Amino acid sequence: MLALLRKDLQVELRTKETLASLLLLGLLTLVVLSFAFDPTSELRAEAAPGALWVAVIFAGALGLNRSFLAEGENDCLQGLLLCPVDRGTIYLAKTAGNFVFMMIAQLVIVPIFIFFFNLPLSLGLGGVFLSLALGVLGFAAVGTLFAAISVRTRAREVMLPLLLLPLVVPIFIGGVTVTGRVLAGKPLADVAPWLNLMVGFDLIFLVVGWLVFEYAVEE
Amino acid sequence: MRRLDTSLAAANLVVMLAAIYAVFVYVPTDKFQGIVQRIFYFHVPLAIMTFVAFGTVAVASALFLWRGGRGWDRLAHSSAEVGMLFCTLVLITGPIWAKPIWGTWWTWDARLTTTLILWLIYAGYLMLRSISGPGDQGARYAAIVGVVGAIDIPIINRSVYWWRTIHPAVLITREGGSGLGDPRMRLTLEICFLAFLLLFVWLVRIRNQSVHLRDRLEDMRRQVLAH
Repeated sequence: MLALLRKDLQVELRTKETLASLLLLGLLTLVVLSFAFDPTSELRAEAAPGALWVAVIFAGALGLNRSFLAEGENDCLQGLLLCPVDRGTIYLAKTAGNFVFMMIAQLVIVPIFIFFFNLPLSLGLGGVFLSLALGVLGFAAVGTLFAAISVRTRAREVMLPLLLLPLVVPIFIGGVTVTGRVLAGKPLADVAPWLNLMVGFDLIFLVVGWLVFEYAVEE
Repeated sequence: MRRLDTSLAAANLVVMLAAIYAVFVYVPTDKFQGIVQRIFYFHVPLAIMTFVAFGTVAVASALFLWRGGRGWDRLAHSSAEVGMLFCTLVLITGPIWAKPIWGTWWTWDARLTTTLILWLIYAGYLMLRSISGPGDQGARYAAIVGVVGAIDIPIINRSVYWWRTIHPAVLITREGGSGLGDPRMRLTLEICFLAFLLLFVWLVRIRNQSVHLRDRLEDMRRQVLAH
């Protein structure tokens, strides 16, 4: 699994395609959403967590397509499937790769988010990143499975967001709530049920993906 | 097979007419909500049958992945289509009732939100089916979405429930207040349940048969082309 993950990371480091698309999409979403709110309004601070998560989810939904697109070229997926490893392992490696890419993108997007929405720097960044990590993990768990499916349908660009967005609603609501609370200066203990829910979501869908991935890549 | 379908259709027609009669003529008007409450007798059975339909999709999808067999796949496909129809009707009848009673077409109540997201999940499911076309690969993909979607539904329900309890709701209570005090109301509801149950079974069977025919046609065409 680590070898597969290293392969994906190496390919990414050479081309930087996924990272660039994730970053630019996230950035663009933040900018577009900034136009949606009056810059002088009080509402702006309240809408901030939502804006961050919309950026994460939309960039992710569009960006995850890439993770299997590259494998489609030169029949790389065939080669991967011929590896003497369990299909579930391939899934976990792919999910880990997507998780890493999305988190690296967050490292850039969050500072820009703070900058655009004029938030004080002293706020609990640890909490924000914790919620992002939990959310992105669940998102990658479902997204990687569906990306493997949608990449082989005709309308893959549309198909992935269409399938993925309704299913990640719990992640989205949880993420927005946790981020909002943390930015409002509340302790993490306040949102413990939400964190539990997100951890539960992550674990359930990692296991489901691990079990089911085999059917998604079978010829 | 044929005869069963015909008698099913006939029984359905009779019960559906009885249900319409009961809802519009037989049952007394609700004291508090007035005439609009009558839509409840269609709304609730439709909602329950939506859950039955999507539950069937989940079970049939899981069995298809586990055991294989086109029959399970066809059952999942037809249940999803009928479930989608029922879910759409739930989402239409709900607001018609809500406007005069709650004063708004829509509120982000937990149940409403879950139903809407259900609709979106299965819209994606059917979209995937129509895009991937007939064949084993498309069937497997759809089954995966069917299983993953079903596992997600309780989590979604939990999350929207918490979400709404944290924010103030326009109106939290539903249905409970008035209750079905009159025994005639309960009877009407039961007739409607039976009517929609029969409608569901009948529609799924018909859809199932047409999907079956389409699959056979596809197989034959492939054979002819192979020669």
